[in-house]
Amino acid sequence: MSKIIEFQNVSKSYGQLQVLKNLNMHVEAGEKLALIGPSGSGKTTILRILMTLETINSGHVLVEDDYLWHQRVNDDLVPASEKHLRKMRQNVGMVFQQFNLFPHLTAIENIVQPQVLIKEVDKPDAMNKARELLALVGLEDKEQHYPHQLSGGQQQRVAIARALAMDPKIMLFDEVTSALDPELVEEVLNVLRMLAETSDTTMLTVTHEMNFARDFADRVLFFEKGQIVESGPPEEIFKNPKEERTRNFLRQIIGELS
Amino acid sequence: MDQILEYSPILIEGTITTIELTVASAFVALIISFVVGLSRFSRFSAVRISAIIYLEFFRGTSAIVQMFFMFYVLPLLGVHLAPLLAGIIACGFNLGSYGSEVVRGAVQSVPRAQHEAATALNYTTYQKFRYVLLPQAIPVMIPTFGNLLIELLKLTAVASLITISDLTFMAQIIRVQTALTLEPFVIIMVIYFIIASCLVGITDFIAKKITKGRNITVRKEI
Repeated sequence: MSKIIEFQNVSKSYGQLQVLKNLNMHVEAGEKLALIGPSGSGKTTILRILMTLETINSGHVLVEDDYLWHQRVNDDLVPASEKHLRKMRQNVGMVFQQFNLFPHLTAIENIVQPQVLIKEVDKPDAMNKARELLALVGLEDKEQHYPHQLSGGQQQRVAIARALAMDPKIMLFDEVTSALDPELVEEVLNVLRMLAETSDTTMLTVTHEMNFARDFADRVLFFEKGQIVESGPPEEIFKNPKEERTRNFLRQIIGELS
Repeated sequence: MDQILEYSPILIEGTITTIELTVASAFVALIISFVVGLSRFSRFSAVRISAIIYLEFFRGTSAIVQMFFMFYVLPLLGVHLAPLLAGIIACGFNLGSYGSEVVRGAVQSVPRAQHEAATALNYTTYQKFRYVLLPQAIPVMIPTFGNLLIELLKLTAVASLITISDLTFMAQIIRVQTALTLEPFVIIMVIYFIIASCLVGITDFIAKKITKGRNITVRKEI
């Protein structure tokens, strides 16, 4: 296995608030990672940095052995140009908490347009692929619906199909069920479980659903205050956490559930 | 009344001139609205600042003075504009400044999440505006553009001051030649009102067309 993502001493602040502190981590190609931890611990920021929606203040991020936020110019590392960022973004796809579908396009147009514009796929091929992906997420009969005509869970599944259509090597799922009504959560999680089992794509998910994290992940990272407190396979983190802070967090979460 | 009827040909001519002036200025104003409004999002500060200067200048000075400037001052600098052209440019540039704020506001009203979704799909800046932001912003612009169009129609009356034979100009002629005052002005008021009603109708039609089948409600301005 090879490293597909690497964070080297990455720090990130919003004004006075430091969300990531000298963070070091790496992800192997094909790994399925769950990021858990209290709100404001920096989990979502990691995804947003990888999607180039947030810059970093110091350190380096590498994706596929290439600098994400920097580029080499005559042996010097300089901040990345938009052109470099566009190249790097080809590797990454993201699904958002609020779905962020384009409201003026139908479900299928949402999946076709980016393929045609960005990957320059012919429209009929893009349509075929969109139909396959809609079938994969169980929405083959909804292709002509506009986002507002779909439930939250259906919108989120379209958003997953849209991200998959771009064939990213890395998929980021940012609390994809947090905005959903409770009865719609499972239909989305089931799609993600199925993807985790069948796809070689590297996947990072930020989630508060611990049962799902256990099924989905090869490895769980527990974050607190911008740092990794504990990292390991789900059985270990959920059954025998080594750190007191992890235990406290899990106790709280499970306490809230029961 | 018979006296007025004798003048109906020049009233018709005036109506046509007013409509021509309105349509041509609207076209100029529309182009300026988008060019100046979208310039506000440029990554180059020189472009952004030029757009702000344009906006503040044309919004902050009187339309009549701008028109006089084009018609009386520019010739001194060697630029001679036909009256109608001076009128079109003055009305178009003036309304374009207001229109640019409509465009800017509407584009800014698209949620940030839409920008992020487009970035995550690797859209270029152009593609983001063309395929994501503008299709959502344009329906928001339409009602306000409709209001501006009526403002523009009323503004064209000022063009009679630079010898353009529009409706208002013709009413003055009738007044001078017949010594009637009430009749010509009531008649042109009615004509202005009818043209304005047509413009409202056209705007509503476009609004309906553009939002058909989508969950975008065009907010009606009151």
